[in-house]
Amino acid sequence: MKEKVLMKGNEAFGETAIRCGCRFYFGYPITPQNELTEYMSANLKKAGGEFIQAESELAAVNMAYGAACSGGRVLISSSSPGIALMQEGLSFMCSVQVPLVVINVSRGGPGVGSIQPGQADYYQATRGGGNGDYHLIVYAPSSIQEASDTIVKAYDVAEKYRNPVMVLADGMLGQMMEPVSLPEMKEALAEEDIPKVKPWALVGHKDQRPHNVIKSLYLQTEQLEETINGYWGKYETAKKELPEYEAYNLDGAEVVMVAYGSTSRIVLEAIDLLAESGIKAGLIRPITLWPFPYNAFDKIGSSTKAVVSVELSKGQMLDDILIGSNGRWPAAVVSRTGGVLIYPQEVADRVKELLEGGKLNGKSV
Amino acid sequence: MEKVFEYTRGMLDVKLTYCPGCTHGIAHRLIMETLDERGLLGDAIGVAPIGCSITSHRYLNVDMCESAHGRAPAIASGIKRVHPNAAVFTYQGDGDLASIGTAEIVHAAHRGEKFCTFFINNAIYGMTGGQMAPTTLVGQKTTTTREGRSEAACGKPLRISEMLATISGAVYVERVSLDSPANVRKAKKAVHKAFEVQEKKLGFAFVEMLSTCPTNWGLSPVASLEWLRSNMMQYYPLGVFRNPEEVM
Repeated sequence: MKEKVLMKGNEAFGETAIRCGCRFYFGYPITPQNELTEYMSANLKKAGGEFIQAESELAAVNMAYGAACSGGRVLISSSSPGIALMQEGLSFMCSVQVPLVVINVSRGGPGVGSIQPGQADYYQATRGGGNGDYHLIVYAPSSIQEASDTIVKAYDVAEKYRNPVMVLADGMLGQMMEPVSLPEMKEALAEEDIPKVKPWALVGHKDQRPHNVIKSLYLQTEQLEETINGYWGKYETAKKELPEYEAYNLDGAEVVMVAYGSTSRIVLEAIDLLAESGIKAGLIRPITLWPFPYNAFDKIGSSTKAVVSVELSKGQMLDDILIGSNGRWPAAVVSRTGGVLIYPQEVADRVKELLEGGKLNGKSV
Repeated sequence: MEKVFEYTRGMLDVKLTYCPGCTHGIAHRLIMETLDERGLLGDAIGVAPIGCSITSHRYLNVDMCESAHGRAPAIASGIKRVHPNAAVFTYQGDGDLASIGTAEIVHAAHRGEKFCTFFINNAIYGMTGGQMAPTTLVGQKTTTTREGRSEAACGKPLRISEMLATISGAVYVERVSLDSPANVRKAKKAVHKAFEVQEKKLGFAFVEMLSTCPTNWGLSPVASLEWLRSNMMQYYPLGVFRNPEEVM
């Protein structure tokens, strides 16, 4: 067992990225992710990397594109309104197929919103906040340890798929401290080795090959369609290879709650409270939000009368729950939003009310 | 027979699709000849903007990427971090650089980024069909200023070189013109200087090139060059605004 250190989430995210061989970070101040930017400013240079405090999130994501398309391993991070500004670059990077890891330490929205934890960026993350046909691959860890492990995985997935990967954390994960066992330090890809590993990268042709061009514009529409169809195949593969979830207490559960990220930990406590009132409740915790683990719903048994989405938004993940449950159970949402946290007791009480109240989605429970 | 001239290897053997009389071809060739002469073609990485010259990578024999509108200086900043010894440049028009990309160009200069920017100023949006740019002259007719640009409504045109010259990180700033053989030769010298500044890692190097857009100006190629001389050069004086001692 490796030694554990007590770290703030935002700092553990940064340290993990450095240990993954990330040497390029571009950031812009925004709460509640500032410690991550600050950590990279203090530590990346020591590891031989480069840090720029960008003039905006728009510039940060484009710096990331420049570094990634020329072969660097890159991290960017922000929080909800800043992630909104980055959508131009994320769509662009999906279209030109360059790898990137982006962390969203999300907060309450819309607009400027609040600076407390929120989960209302679900649509933005999973439905594509930018223009065009593309997907981000999205992971939602629920602890600092899992976030660290996820970042390690995110770099491998981003480079395998040549597609940006988002780690959707929230203000709670970013701001709290937990013991974490960090990965071993991995050596970064040396500049001279980039062409071997990433033959598509811009490094200068050295008079040895035709020039590399990374392009997003297609004036011939059929060529654009062909390009999209080409990379869409990756998404079909991702849907088979990547979905992950954790199931808890599904056997004999009267109600199954679905929650991701830090909210899932609140739900675990709510399950104990419901048990005290004689209600057996289970949890499905999606770990990937895109591709969404729809197959998780096949694990729900005949004892279950309803499925409840518990999220810190008005009910965005509910859409995926409706797709996953495919009419087999009535579904409802229990939520707080705007940066307001939900307490286990409130979850338990509202789930109890739903079960007693009878109707969900027009169907009897 | 002794060969006294050959077409630069920096330009690919591809027919340019720019409009007749457009000066992009001259600007492309100057930059590529310069890289070739300095032995930098194999180490160069260029960033194409949004605008007609987004297709410049079809013609320029260097590694290149496209940029979202105005973001080329941010992208080049990222590239330069990964490849600090590469000859990195952005090629941007005035709609791209002087309007939507002002934050990125100002802050690239502000950080003293060690790459070159070639700014093609033809006082109009070309690719989108002739709308007003921040560089459009007062009185100039465009598709969004049909009666001519009004100072009261739109302000006076931005002089980008003069503006950037106030920023200490922009160590080399020069405005040249592509209107005549003599000025084209001066422009070539400026391109050389810009890459020299970059090779010596002195700071940000910026060359503004007064250019034409016969199609959207509604003038013949020759009349366009005359219009550039008699109108643009009056408002946008040629000259060196900043020059580091190391490359005098």
